[in-house]
Amino acid sequence: MSVLSRPWLWSWLAAAAAFSLTLGLTSGRGAGELGYAALSFGAFAAIVGLGQMLVITLGPGNVDLSIPATMTLAATLALKAMGSDPGTAFLGLVIALAVGFGTGVANYALIFLLRLPPIIATLAASLIYQSLAIWSNRGLRIKPPAGLADFATGRFLGLPNVAWVGLALAIVVWFVLERSVWGRWLLATGQNLRVARLAGVPVELVRASTYISVAVFASLAGYLLASFSGGAALNMGQEYLLMSIAVVVIGGSSIAGGNSNVPGVWGAALFMFLVVSMLNSYGAGAGVRNVLTGTIIIAIVIAASSRRART
Amino acid sequence: MTFLARHRIILPVVSLAVLLAATFYMQPRAMSYFGLNLLFNLAVPIALATIAQMMIIMVNDIDLSLGAFVSLAACVTATFLNDAPMLGLLILLALILSYALLGAVIHALELPAIVVTLGMSFVWGGIALFILPSPGGAAPGWLRTLMTVKPPFAPMAVVAAVIIAAVTHLLIMRSGIGTVLRGVGGNARSVARAGWSVIRLKALAYGLAGLFGVLAGMALVGLATSADANIALRYTLLSIAGVILGGGEFTGGKVSPTGAVIGAFTLTLAASFLSFMRLSPDWQIGAQGAILILVLTARLIFRQKGSEA
Repeated sequence: MSVLSRPWLWSWLAAAAAFSLTLGLTSGRGAGELGYAALSFGAFAAIVGLGQMLVITLGPGNVDLSIPATMTLAATLALKAMGSDPGTAFLGLVIALAVGFGTGVANYALIFLLRLPPIIATLAASLIYQSLAIWSNRGLRIKPPAGLADFATGRFLGLPNVAWVGLALAIVVWFVLERSVWGRWLLATGQNLRVARLAGVPVELVRASTYISVAVFASLAGYLLASFSGGAALNMGQEYLLMSIAVVVIGGSSIAGGNSNVPGVWGAALFMFLVVSMLNSYGAGAGVRNVLTGTIIIAIVIAASSRRART
Repeated sequence: MTFLARHRIILPVVSLAVLLAATFYMQPRAMSYFGLNLLFNLAVPIALATIAQMMIIMVNDIDLSLGAFVSLAACVTATFLNDAPMLGLLILLALILSYALLGAVIHALELPAIVVTLGMSFVWGGIALFILPSPGGAAPGWLRTLMTVKPPFAPMAVVAAVIIAAVTHLLIMRSGIGTVLRGVGGNARSVARAGWSVIRLKALAYGLAGLFGVLAGMALVGLATSADANIALRYTLLSIAGVILGGGEFTGGKVSPTGAVIGAFTLTLAASFLSFMRLSPDWQIGAQGAILILVLTARLIFRQKGSEA
C-alpha cells in the first residue's frame, strides 16, 4: 500500500492547503499563532470525533446524536460541583466522566432494551439530557477554578494542553483499535454483525462499551471546553453534532462502518478550523463561509468515494 | 400477522388521542376551536417538514439538512416572494430542482446521504444567512391570510393536517408511482430489474422532499410573519422523530404519510403538555424526548405481540 492510498492523508493535505492559503495572505506572518489556535480548537473536535468514529465503526445506522447534550450536561454539573473553588479540578473531572458514563449507559439501555434505532434513541435521550442541563444550570455561569482554567488555556512544550489531551486520547484509541482484541471485535462487528456474533464476538458487549466510550469522550470534551472558555453555556455543544460526524467522514473512516481511521480524525479536525479561518482571512462573510465549508465537505466525500472505487 | 401489526397506523393515532385527552383533562379550555388552533398551528410546518423527511427515509436515506433547507425556504419566502413574487417563485422552484438533482447525484456516485446532506446543511444555512443576515422580512399578505384563515367547524391546523395527510396518502400509498417509490426503499435492485430507472425515482423522491420542505418554510413564515436563517434548524431532528413516531422505519420503504402527520402533531403537543401540568418550562424539551421514548416502547410491545402470533 503506497502512501497515496492512505485514507488519512487527504484530510491532512486539505488541512495543510488551508493553512498555507491563509498564510499566503499574510505572507507567512502569524504561522505560529494560527497553528496554535488550530491545535486548541481542533482538539475539542478531535476528542468528540474520536468517539463518534468508534460508534460509526459499529456499522450502518450507528451514530450518537446526543454528543452536544452530553457535553453540556457534563460541563454544567462539573462546574456546579466545583463552584470555582480551587483544588476541585479532579472532583469536577470525575463528575464529568461519571455523567458521560451515565448517559452512555442510558443510551445503550434504550438501544438494547427497547430495540430503538440508535439515531432515535440518542436523539430522544439527548432531549432529556438537555432538559436536565437547563434545569441544573438555571442560567448561571459558574467560572471554572482558576487552576483548571489555566491548565485548559495553557501550553506545554509549545503546544496547547488540550491538544496534548486530544493527542494522548488519539494514541490510546489507535492502540486499542489496532492492537487490542476489543478493537478487532469492534471492526468485526462493524463489518458484519451477524458473522461477528457467529464467530463468538460478544457483540452486545462491544456495542455497549462503544456507546459508553463515545459519551465519556463527549463529557471530557465538554469539561475541557467549559474550562477553556470560562464556563458552561447551554448551547456550548451545538456545533459539535455536525462537526463530530464531519471530521469522521473527512478523516477517511467509512460511514458504512467496519473501517476506522484515527490520524484522519485529527487531520480533519484541524482542517475544519483552518478552513473557517482561511475564509475569514479572505474576508468572506458568514454566509459565503458556510456555503464554501459545505461545498468542501461534499467535494471531499466525492473525492474519497471515487478514490475508493478505483482501488 | 395480528390486527395491530397489520394496521401500523393504530399506535400513532392512539398516542395522539391519549396525549390529547390528557391535555384536555389538565386544561379543559383547550377543548375549543380557538384552543385547538393555538395548540396545533405551529404543528403545520412541522408536519410538512416531516412529510419531506419521510420522502427521503422512504428511499432508505436520511436528510440532516432539512432544518437548514426549511429555514432557507422561509427566508426566500419572507424576502423575494414578498417583494418580487415571480423571482421568489423561481428561486423556490430552483431549490426544489436542486433537491432532485441532489438525489440523482447521491444515487449516481453512491454517496452516503447522511454525509452529503450534512454538507448541504452548511450550504443551505450559508445561503439563508446571505439572503437574510439578520432576522426580518415579511410574510406575503396572501400567505398570512391563508395560514390564519378560520374555516367553519374545525380550526385551520386540523383542516390542514387532514388535507396534507390525504394528499400524501393518495400520492404515496395509493398511486402507482408511490408504490414504486416505496419499492426503491424495499429493494432497489428488483425495481431496477423491473425496468424502472432508479436514479429518476430517487430524484423524484428527493424532489418531493424539496417540495414539502419549501411548503414547510412557506407555512412557517405565514405563521411567524418574519424569518431568520436559523428559524427551523430544530426541524431536522423533529422531522426524523415524527416519521418514526408515525410508524415509519429507517429501512425497507416502510413509511406512513398519515402516521407522519400524526407524529408531528404528537411531538408538538408533547411540548405544550407539560406546560399545562405546570411543571417548569425547563422540562419541555425533555418531555418531547420522554414521550418519544414512551411511544416507541409501546411500539415494541405491539411488535412482539405481532411476532408471537
